Amino acid sequence: MDVLRCRGLRKEFGGQVVLDSLDLTVAEHQVVALIGASGSGKSTLLRCVNLLEELHDGTIELDGEEISAPGVDPDQVRRRIGMVFQSYNLFPHLNVLDNITLAPRRVHGRSRREAEDRARELLARVGLAAKADTFPDRLSGGQQQRVAIVRALANSPRLLLLDEVTSALDPELVGEVLTMIRDLKAEGMTMVLATHEMSFARDVADQVCFLDAGRVVESGPPEQVFGGPTQPRTRQFLARIIEAGRL
Amino acid sequence: MSTTAHVHSPAQRAREEYRRRQTVLSVLIAAASTAAVGTLLAVAVTGAPGWDRVRQSFLDPRIARDALPRVLDGLWLNVRLLVCCAIGALLLGLLIAILRTLRGPVFFPIRALAAGYTYTFRGLPLIIVLYLLTLGVPGLRLQGMPSVLVLGGLALVLTYSGYLAEVFRAGIESVHPSQLAAARSLGLTYRQTMRHVVLPQAVRRVAPPLLNDVVALQKDVGLVSLAGPIDAVRAAQIATAQSFNYTPYIVAGVLFVLLAIPLIAVTDQVTLRAARRQSGG
Repeated sequence: MDVLRCRGLRKEFGGQVVLDSLDLTVAEHQVVALIGASGSGKSTLLRCVNLLEELHDGTIELDGEEISAPGVDPDQVRRRIGMVFQSYNLFPHLNVLDNITLAPRRVHGRSRREAEDRARELLARVGLAAKADTFPDRLSGGQQQRVAIVRALANSPRLLLLDEVTSALDPELVGEVLTMIRDLKAEGMTMVLATHEMSFARDVADQVCFLDAGRVVESGPPEQVFGGPTQPRTRQFLARIIEAGRL
Repeated sequence: MSTTAHVHSPAQRAREEYRRRQTVLSVLIAAASTAAVGTLLAVAVTGAPGWDRVRQSFLDPRIARDALPRVLDGLWLNVRLLVCCAIGALLLGLLIAILRTLRGPVFFPIRALAAGYTYTFRGLPLIIVLYLLTLGVPGLRLQGMPSVLVLGGLALVLTYSGYLAEVFRAGIESVHPSQLAAARSLGLTYRQTMRHVVLPQAVRRVAPPLLNDVVALQKDVGLVSLAGPIDAVRAAQIATAQSFNYTPYIVAGVLFVLLAIPLIAVTDQVTLRAARRQSGG
């Protein structure tokens, strides 16, 4: 069954086409990695799926329901999709526990007790149980990003969008976040992740999509996209990545 | 952590010795300079040809003692007005700031009204607002007209909420859009996002300038005396007119400063805390 189906997505910013008749399908329990140069449309695609950006054409379906249709309440859609940002975006005035329980309590109507129990359980699973009462500015980047992922998971989303979640991290902190994502895959979470970590994409993704100028130029299993790319643009991009020592 | 005591090298000991000498030296220089400036001021003021006349008409202890109860009575009015007006102006200012941030075409008239409000009451001199409300409104001879004091307080609230609304709005706009994106992506509605994510951060950030405006309000509440009620300055003026001596003004001035000190101290404390938080410490 397909969790996400995007058809012919188009998005412009001031006349510049950022997404250009883009198609993407994500099946349940599948992990899709979006790769491509900066400005190729990876982040915009994720923001469009979460209805944070207005579409200029095309349709998006979540579990077979068209969420891009006029009259659909975006708040109802977003509570079923989790999103994690490059710069963590934790709420600085709330401690870790309150960051995580805000949406379960206010959006999903859970009691404080229920929401906190679940938050502590999730935190314990990622080794952050001791940080429940800490404020975000006292955490390392890797810890902040893991809290941000827990915050998204606390809503039990159908789909998790990860927007370059390791790009702002020091190299030695990248591993802890990637391990967490690997564990999520093992639990069957459906995910779309934009990433610059090619070896991670090859390792964790079921499907890799190479984006260029707002289009999916090539997609397939990682061995195929990384091992024998058929498109010249993909080959060019991967050659530059190898040159930079990132693959 | 190492438990063995660290023995400083000769280089470090020399550095510390030098720093100690420098500290002693700067304390001595500060003391000498303060004494010199203080002496100079005292000699210049008390040695002035008119000093005796000035002391008699501004610093008469007997008259100060006589005027004190009346000025204190007036000050009590200032304090009550300040508390009521500060709370009223903060609440109204916050409301107007929120109205100005509402999005969507339905809210256009509300947005326009709120914007017009801040333009009008920041532009209009407080004294004119006071006269309009305390002299003009009672002229309507409506039933259940509140007292002049209440109307005067209302004039202060109207004027100050115009300023405070802009301070609140600056705070709301200083919250980074990524915070809104994070809140919305969790499924929070616009209202919930404002209430739980934007406003708590905005108010914390603008607390120092808000309190600064409250300190300014503390002095302006006295202007209601233009319409009749007797505040501390007006009480001092009456006492002065009776004794032909300006000492009551000095009494009122000292009391105002004493009243402002705690509020200013709180403002400084809040500013310091905000600065510390900004630096991530």
